[in-house]
Amino acid sequence: MAIVRPYGDTTGDGMVQVSFTLPIPHDKRAEGAAVQLAATMGMDPAMLVHARPIGDGYTFFVVYGRVHHLVDTDRVQVVERDFPLLSAKEVNAAIKRRLRRRLTVVGACIGTDAHTVGIDAILNLKGVAGEKGLEYYRELSVTNMGAQVSVPDLVETARARRADAVLVSQVVTQRDAHLQNTRAMSAAFREALPAGRRPLLVVGGPRFDETMAGELGVDRIFGRGTTPREVASYLVHALVGDAA
Amino acid sequence: MGKLDLDAGVVRRARELAAAAGQPVVDLARSHTTVSVERAVLRLAGVRGADPDGIPWVNHLVDAVRADVGLGHGVAVPVFAALAAQGVDEVTVLAQKAAAGSVRFAVPGKRAELAAARRAARRATTTGLKTIDRRRAERDRLISRYGDPRQRPWIYLIVATGDIYEDIPQAQAAARAGADVIAVIRSTGQSLLDYVPEGATREGYAGTYATQENFALMRAALDETSREVGRYVRLTNYASGLCMPEIAALAGLERLDMMLNDSMYGILFRDINPIRTFVDQRFSRQVHARAGIIINTGEDNYLTTADAVEAAHTVTVSQLLNEFFAHEAGLADAQLGLGHAFEINPDLPESFRLELAHALLARELFPDAPLKWMPPTRHMTGDVFRGNLLDGFFNLAGTLTGQGILLVGMMTEAVVTPWLSDRDIALQNVRYVLGAAGGLHEDFAPAPGGFIQRRAHQVLDEAVDLLARIVDDGLLNAIADGTFGIMKRPADRGKGLDGVAAHEPDYYNPVTEALDGDR
Repeated sequence: MAIVRPYGDTTGDGMVQVSFTLPIPHDKRAEGAAVQLAATMGMDPAMLVHARPIGDGYTFFVVYGRVHHLVDTDRVQVVERDFPLLSAKEVNAAIKRRLRRRLTVVGACIGTDAHTVGIDAILNLKGVAGEKGLEYYRELSVTNMGAQVSVPDLVETARARRADAVLVSQVVTQRDAHLQNTRAMSAAFREALPAGRRPLLVVGGPRFDETMAGELGVDRIFGRGTTPREVASYLVHALVGDAA
Repeated sequence: MGKLDLDAGVVRRARELAAAAGQPVVDLARSHTTVSVERAVLRLAGVRGADPDGIPWVNHLVDAVRADVGLGHGVAVPVFAALAAQGVDEVTVLAQKAAAGSVRFAVPGKRAELAAARRAARRATTTGLKTIDRRRAERDRLISRYGDPRQRPWIYLIVATGDIYEDIPQAQAAARAGADVIAVIRSTGQSLLDYVPEGATREGYAGTYATQENFALMRAALDETSREVGRYVRLTNYASGLCMPEIAALAGLERLDMMLNDSMYGILFRDINPIRTFVDQRFSRQVHARAGIIINTGEDNYLTTADAVEAAHTVTVSQLLNEFFAHEAGLADAQLGLGHAFEINPDLPESFRLELAHALLARELFPDAPLKWMPPTRHMTGDVFRGNLLDGFFNLAGTLTGQGILLVGMMTEAVVTPWLSDRDIALQNVRYVLGAAGGLHEDFAPAPGGFIQRRAHQVLDEAVDLLARIVDDGLLNAIADGTFGIMKRPADRGKGLDGVAAHEPDYYNPVTEALDGDR
């Protein structure tokens, strides 16, 4: 068990920094309002270090202060990686030995989301941060459908290609579009294919809560900072099984 | 001039190759039409409004004509022949009748009727073009009254709430805080809508729909702010996607000042059919030329998918192609906001020197174009503090290399749509850099034969090589092979292909007739 609190420059000082804007003109009362808000948020003492008017009716504040909240790191809930991280060579070998055919992956950005940066980082040969994408894996057969793919098109392509896994990227989160799109996608797959023939459904994007997979009807959610290698390792774990 | 000591022969060769690569596409554009080009003609001829479901009457009218006689003759003659035959005065009324299925369209067989229909169509669209001319003159008047921004680059800020009535106060606040250009970014879905939504809109995803009414509301608000701040605040929107020609027409009618209008963006990033894109693009650029609108091209986008160092020459190639297509459509150099971006991985050694080399290359290749300088997005990680530093270097590169239009980078890129405070901090950043180093370009001369010069020469050489390959291969094949931004886009695929038709021998379009005459 480890109990922690924020660290400024001394263990246990509990120091945090926040910034926010209030919709009021800058004056003494506005600064008092900012301090009061910080106090209500649990900062005690709260130090107003910067206040600056933005336009006529708004003021921007930076506040430093101490919080007294504690975090027990043992009681933090996260999705830990529950599969071994494999190298590209190990991924290819596992598929070749245990699946005896190439593993088929179909990827897309669905809905109106035009941000292919996520799906491209995972799928494109180029990859991300010096790590090659799934197209680089000899034993993976990858179809990247790109942006603004409709759910019916995705289901149809997945079916035609006999996809083992479908990867969907969602970057735009305005009005929870990423959640709605994911639900629509998982529902469409459930409707179109019987349980045994349904591909593994994987979604990824910077604003997903990785614990929501069940609720969204998908097999796995990957959050920000996910690398192609993690995705490939997960696919092997889920579809081919780990080495005995 | 000549900080890079570029070889004039190589530059000339690059332009010749761009022209050779682009000409077959221009020929294709001149021999085809699209549903959106024809709808734009009808909008200029005065068709307004939409049915209760929001489908514009221009869509109904073009669909009805197409069902009866196809698109290859152009819609102008069948529509104005039907107008005369039906004894209707208003084209919009005819569109409503056509939507109800009570009008049949045909190309008149008699020469006199044909000539009369052409004459009537020309008269109607001339009214639309005259409105565009009036709006352009109005802009010139307002600029001479209020003045241009006092500094270069112009400061360009994006507003994107989804609700036009929320956008307006934000845009006005941004202008008061120093923005010279306001861009209202569109709802993400709009580029793939095959119609232009109607009226003032209050719901959009990651942006606000481009509609004629939204254009008018925002322009009027910024006119008010221009008066207040004593400088003409420009308004930008997007002529891209499936309705590029119509949105260009609406932008001209409502006095927008700049439009995003790239020759290949829709193909590469929206998977819109290449032929549809090139046809729509030529028409929309002709309209922009007439309207005095500055286009902004989208080379920055290539660097968000491809590596900014490896793919630097594809930006140069695209700029040269965009320039060729723009000149061919009648745009002047002062209307070419050719794009590029600060997207090199900041962890790469000498990344800033590389950025300077690329930015300076664009500056020297296109000395009279108001280049558009786009901020880092790809390497913005969510670490807002580092992001603000990176934006500072971006601003410095912009002023040091004489960029024309600077899109203000947000430290919260990749985190949230910009908050009021993000925008304020970003503008402080710009103001500090321009204030502290605005004249530094006078002292900045890269060492002869040094790193920056060598890098610029290398990128230009690579661009020439790639252009030569594109000329051999054909531009459409190059696009199909994934030459730009990695995406592979064959000419017989993509969205909107069914809205393309080859011209029949009697194709008639009174707007292109007038605009071709302008060139």
